[in-house]
Amino acid sequence: MADGLINLTIDGVPVSVPPGTLVIEAAKQAGVLVPHYCYHPGLPVAGVCRMCLVEIEKAPKLQIACATTVTEGMVVKTQTAPAKDARQSVLEFLLINHPLDCPICDQAGECELQDFVFQEGQARTRYGEFAKRFNPVEDFGPDVLYVPNRCILCTRCVRFMEDVAKEPVLNVSERGDRAFIGIHPEARLDHPWAGNVVDLCPVGSLLSKDFLHKARAWELDKTASICTGCSQGCNITLDTRDEVVVRVRPRPNLEVNRYFICDHGRMHYKWMNRGDRIEAPLVRRDGELKATDWDEALDRVAGILRGAEGRTAVALVSPGASSEALALAKRVFTGFTWTGAFQAVMGEEAPLAGIPNLALRAERAPNAKGAENLGYTREYAQALAAAKSAAVVLVLDDPDCTVETNGTLLYLGTILGADAPCRRADVILPIANVAEEEGSFTNRDGRVQRYCQAKPAPGMAQPAAWVLGQVAAAIGQAEAAR
Amino acid sequence: MGFPHKSHPKETVVLSQYFGDAEARTYKGWVKRGGYEALTQALKMDPAAVTDVVKESGLRGRGGAGFPTGLKWSFMPKEKKKPHYLCVNADESEPGTFKDREIMRWTPHALLEGTAIAAHAIRAEIAYIYIRGEFTEPWTIMEHALAEANAAGVFGGIKIYLHRGAGAYICGEETALMNSIEGKRGNPRIKPPFPAAAGLFGMPTTINNVETLAAVPHIITRGAAWYKGLCLSNPKSTGTKLFSVCGHVQRPGNYEVTLGFPLKDLLYDMCGGPPAGRTLKACIPGGSSVPILTREETEATLLDYEGVVAQGSMLGSGGVIVFDDSADMVYQIMRLARFYAHESCAQCTQCREGTAWTTKIMERILAGQGKTKDLDLLLDLSENMTGKTICVLSDSCAAPIVSGIKKFRGEFEAYLAGKRQPVMVG
Repeated sequence: MADGLINLTIDGVPVSVPPGTLVIEAAKQAGVLVPHYCYHPGLPVAGVCRMCLVEIEKAPKLQIACATTVTEGMVVKTQTAPAKDARQSVLEFLLINHPLDCPICDQAGECELQDFVFQEGQARTRYGEFAKRFNPVEDFGPDVLYVPNRCILCTRCVRFMEDVAKEPVLNVSERGDRAFIGIHPEARLDHPWAGNVVDLCPVGSLLSKDFLHKARAWELDKTASICTGCSQGCNITLDTRDEVVVRVRPRPNLEVNRYFICDHGRMHYKWMNRGDRIEAPLVRRDGELKATDWDEALDRVAGILRGAEGRTAVALVSPGASSEALALAKRVFTGFTWTGAFQAVMGEEAPLAGIPNLALRAERAPNAKGAENLGYTREYAQALAAAKSAAVVLVLDDPDCTVETNGTLLYLGTILGADAPCRRADVILPIANVAEEEGSFTNRDGRVQRYCQAKPAPGMAQPAAWVLGQVAAAIGQAEAAR
Repeated sequence: MGFPHKSHPKETVVLSQYFGDAEARTYKGWVKRGGYEALTQALKMDPAAVTDVVKESGLRGRGGAGFPTGLKWSFMPKEKKKPHYLCVNADESEPGTFKDREIMRWTPHALLEGTAIAAHAIRAEIAYIYIRGEFTEPWTIMEHALAEANAAGVFGGIKIYLHRGAGAYICGEETALMNSIEGKRGNPRIKPPFPAAAGLFGMPTTINNVETLAAVPHIITRGAAWYKGLCLSNPKSTGTKLFSVCGHVQRPGNYEVTLGFPLKDLLYDMCGGPPAGRTLKACIPGGSSVPILTREETEATLLDYEGVVAQGSMLGSGGVIVFDDSADMVYQIMRLARFYAHESCAQCTQCREGTAWTTKIMERILAGQGKTKDLDLLLDLSENMTGKTICVLSDSCAAPIVSGIKKFRGEFEAYLAGKRQPVMVG
């Protein structure tokens, strides 16, 4: 056993954990998930749901695993009759006032009450004909609805707003079984990070209006991704239903975003489902853009690059493109006098007060750091001016780019308006968006993070890195690109 | 003394000596009666020496738990690194208990003096006296007394503040009381940490009951040996205790007796027993949270911490609730359950849901709608509500249910069998 660690046994499995570890966390190391509601690793311990009661040898009564610290030689038993009975009784108490409206509840399928009742509860009720507590649905904020009837008073939302967001607008109002989550009468739940209460809620009591009745949890495919909302690089899960992104949820990463994402990032997905996409490669023939296949389009690009080699090239790129695409957008201009630049949209910074180094960053671009690392500059205006006389200009996924050039314009993008300046391009190549490809971003702290493909790209669109890789191969730069 | 009645010869009058004596409320009157001598004496002593005297006296907490007071004081950090606080629990809200109210009404300076001595003993600069919100008269009297004592400058470097509660029963729980003083919702805190390590404002804190502290000046002036000598039965229970007797007795009131005193004598001799023509049926000896005693148990009970436990209940706060044969125990127990359901802070699941469910079942039984399985259900719920929550409010709701069903099952069954006129409660 390693030095400085505490050794204990959980359900017969020996584990060694750092001093100060809570039994509930140590149990995870033993492969035991102690059922719980109020406990959340990202929030201060409340110890109120009493669900995680376990037996600890030598303790006079059952202890809650979430508020008990490990001690050397501790023997924890989660599956003894008293512990199971106690947890079953908590479930029974929770269910007496909980409506069994799972068929119309958004949480169904990912509900901790459902899960633990299924695991440890009982199918019968002894509550009989008494009426359940009723309170009307409340509108808490721009994206949060409160359904008090489903609330199990775990207080995760209250603690998030108080201790993490540091904007204590929620509380437990009233006492006893009349209690409910109250909101300050003059406040709205409109903190830039307020949406996290929906994820934190273990039941369907706090709901996202955006996701309301959009999908059943079991219909969703989940893909690990990185938020493109700003340069923080929060880890997210993209939930897709039938190849449509319907929800963004935080994916825990203790180094970057802990368990949270901001509302800006949470809502920053609808563009991923845009229907007005460039779906086929377009090449200019007789002054007009014509749809074609990839072979012809790639040949055309390779020809343009070969013909201009040794001259000047400008790459105007989106700081939301993957590092792989950005690297290749430079590589294909080997032998050129190359300038690369990007511009990031700026907004207001919105920190999550209780977590150091976590904020919605003013720079609303996921890969600005990655672009910089690869040699792209923020001198966008100069690059735009240089484009005028450049032999080749490559615009990577920037549909609003106002470029003017006397040289050849190449556009790689997901969308392009009918009147966009880039419509003047000689070649327009359809690329995949972040949900449709695999790649990596470098966040503001220099952390390289990979994202995965959540859905297929429309039409003939391909990841920008594939497209540029094909071009590089065609002009003999594939080896170097490796 | 058995205020508002005359002192009974069997009483041992220490704390209640000046009950009814309005002059004792004033600073001058209190000094004339020997007041603040103990404080002057204690302030000259080393804090540890004061703690030792109290330890030696055997004084135990009068709020309900009966924890040795001197021992509690000695848990405060030996090396003072942070501010120390003293909290005085004057939230007396346990149904059936009204002893602290009388102490504050008649002898406010006794409490202030005891508070200052305790603060000195635990090396606290600040003491908060948390007074129940409904205690308007005691509040006014305490405010006046504190102003007088402050003007006389008797407290040395100790600052005493009065803090008024807002009417929640749970704020009498020590950690809920601390949250309340801090301006937070009065929710009990999970322990550990215990108050002596991290209490009020996260600082080392001791919390004592009003009656406990009111006894301290007497121990300082008359000595630990004298206090220890006040014992009629078990040597672990020393001193005098005020018992607030209410319910079906002829002379309800506060009676001060030496610990170990027979409950039978308290009820029959001092309180005059049940009203004429009635007989004793049951008794709750220590405030509403403790198990109910039958007549036989009541008459065999010796009033000290061990004596009441021997009969299956607890000494608690000393709030003695008496029922004669006219009492409907099912109704009485329903009232208790309803009280706890109303006062549950709503933190712990078992308590929030269990107290309310228990009440609904009790109301159903009274209304003649009870089911045969209800008694087993009540007992099972009570089991699930005992020993599993942050504080003991949930246990307190279960105690009268369990003891009530056990001891008065026939009355419950009469309702269930439709042999009793239904009582509509709502």
